[in-house]
Amino acid sequence: MTLSMNRRKFVLGTAATAGALTLAGRRVLAAEPTKVGFVYVGPVGDYGWTHGHDVGRKAIEAAYGDKVKTTFVENVAEGPDAERVIRQLACSGNKLIFTTSFGFMNPTLRVAKQFPDVKFEHATGYQTAPNVSIYNARFHEGRAVCGTIAGHMTKSGIVGYIGSFPIPEVVMGINAFTLAAQKIRPDIKVKVVWANSWYDPGKEADGAKALIDQGADIMCQHTDSPAPLQTAEARGIHGFGQASDMKAFAPKAQLTAILDEWSGYYVQRTKDVMDGTWQSRAVWWGLKEGMVKMAPYGEAVPENVRQAADATRDDIVAGTLHPFTGPIKNQAGEVKVADGQTIGDEDLAKMDWYVAGVEA
Amino acid sequence: MRLRPAINLRIEARRETSRVLLYVTPVAAVILTVLTGLVLFVFMGYAPGPALYHFFVSPLLTLYGLSELLVKAAPLIMIGVGLAIGFRANVWNIGAEGQLTCGAIAAGGVALALWGDAGFWILPLMGAAGIAGGALYAAIPAFLKTRFDVNEILTSLMLTYVATLLLSTLVYGPWKDPTGFNFPQSRMFTDAAILPILVDGTRLHVGTMVALLIAVAGWVLLTFTIIGFQIRVVGQAPAAARFAGFSRPRLIWLCLLTSGGLAGLAGTFEIAGPIGQLVPAISPGYGFTAIIVAFLGRLHPLGIILSGLVVALSYIGGENAQVEVGLPQAVTGAFQGLLLFFLLASDFVVRYRVRLAPAVAG
Repeated sequence: MTLSMNRRKFVLGTAATAGALTLAGRRVLAAEPTKVGFVYVGPVGDYGWTHGHDVGRKAIEAAYGDKVKTTFVENVAEGPDAERVIRQLACSGNKLIFTTSFGFMNPTLRVAKQFPDVKFEHATGYQTAPNVSIYNARFHEGRAVCGTIAGHMTKSGIVGYIGSFPIPEVVMGINAFTLAAQKIRPDIKVKVVWANSWYDPGKEADGAKALIDQGADIMCQHTDSPAPLQTAEARGIHGFGQASDMKAFAPKAQLTAILDEWSGYYVQRTKDVMDGTWQSRAVWWGLKEGMVKMAPYGEAVPENVRQAADATRDDIVAGTLHPFTGPIKNQAGEVKVADGQTIGDEDLAKMDWYVAGVEA
Repeated sequence: MRLRPAINLRIEARRETSRVLLYVTPVAAVILTVLTGLVLFVFMGYAPGPALYHFFVSPLLTLYGLSELLVKAAPLIMIGVGLAIGFRANVWNIGAEGQLTCGAIAAGGVALALWGDAGFWILPLMGAAGIAGGALYAAIPAFLKTRFDVNEILTSLMLTYVATLLLSTLVYGPWKDPTGFNFPQSRMFTDAAILPILVDGTRLHVGTMVALLIAVAGWVLLTFTIIGFQIRVVGQAPAAARFAGFSRPRLIWLCLLTSGGLAGLAGTFEIAGPIGQLVPAISPGYGFTAIIVAFLGRLHPLGIILSGLVVALSYIGGENAQVEVGLPQAVTGAFQGLLLFFLLASDFVVRYRVRLAPAVAG
């Protein structure tokens, strides 16, 4: 009990000191840098998801130089370790902490309760708190562009898709891709292999090989390593990069890639904390806001396909095309969305069924 | 002119393993790891002082840091003790990770079935279910080994992946939180299914103390009981054990059920402790890391307490050094690899000696 009292006083004391420092800092020019921390689920060298977030971290440093100091912890397992890492970052003076994987949600909320003065940003979750914001990108909009290209370019009519876990974000992506491809080629089949991991190059490549052996001539992936795309390159088929431009790994195979652009958001939120205007909110941005971008088309994409893909992108940005517009049937052939209707954000965010044509 | 080697080295097996060396070498392995780490830091361009300080010292300086060390070490110790008992008898259970998962499934099932109920008996029931779940899962390799002589290394290891998929099936399906936006995790357990915290403001749960008690119990079992004697004899002198009439199948069952049950209990403590719900990945590889822990602790339950703490420190220190000095995460892995390397190398010194032999006249 004594110990805990001391601890609480200590925490309060540090918080007060930190507060005083911030106030003083605004008056004095030589202020302490604002510390921003990042918790990554994978290695920064995955060239996919985590790499994308690390680019965002570097953008903060580029934007504010000496006024900020960023720190990251990579390869943090989703589970008990995450809570300790997040807490450690909060303890060592980070005022803004980005936790960039779904499994960090509950640990983030628990630590946030203990550190009301620190702001937290949790990617891909669904729970906010007074000092916890959530943010995510509408990756499925990018999937619709990829689907358009795939519909034009597949010869066999079979697309291979390496999935990570069947969570709503991934399910939504598979569906958006399939629907867009079916507009061009109604008989297209999307075969999904689950890697049960976000980053496992060996497994991802094995899945890709199996899918190609089953006739897939386009490879799509919702895992973080370039392995599926490299497999596509080696076997002479085409595919799409994930989260970062993976052209360097598959110069011939990559048709385009869905790019996660966190930089703008990260720089803005850092500025909000420095200005003292940060507020908790839920952000779900897409092509329109620039949080999702498409990599330059590969050489293999012919001119008419480029135009079709551009049109899909532009229509989504303009708001004239919703990737989930009815009629949409599920795998059992039942109409889930009536002609002309769309699926709202709330239902999208918990999507757990596949559209007809998906073999998952 | 005739050339001949100036020194002639000969490697000889020691007749008796030196007890002193047996206990000194793990310490030497740790020290050598630290020294090599020092060189590594210098070459990587980090100031070695602060890097080492944040890796090995600063996590130990706060009450919270110490509590985290115990929280991280507890499952390693618990599983390590169970594995060591088997390893002593040449029973190679490599699938503790799967048994941990099955224990967590069983205990989590109890917590979810009684969700919203209160009662002091819920936690003990979860513990019992966890032990049963882990032990039953280890019973599969035990049955295959004793009945068909199937290698338990392969069966226990491969069953690990089956257990993970079983857990995934449950949390993606029937056990998914109904209010959780279809994300793969169960409801958060209610307070009755959460282990009491020993020190306010930390995550130090009752399970950590149970882990230490289990290590002591394991030591008593191995040192002072007939069964412990049989385990050691079967491991060291199988022929003698046969002459003495010790039942090998019985020991295989005993070792696998014990290590499986302890792994299951460790899984229970993880979900009823720091996690508080069922998620697709419960353990960051504790079942496998515990193998290193068991050997680093010289398969001695009390040594395993120490080695569990050292390995836990290597994880926590690695995170800490990332936060404080920006040391890459790969260094943690390199450290653990070095530790194992030096330990295995020192085993060589324990078992063999290198002698200067008189040069052979040519």
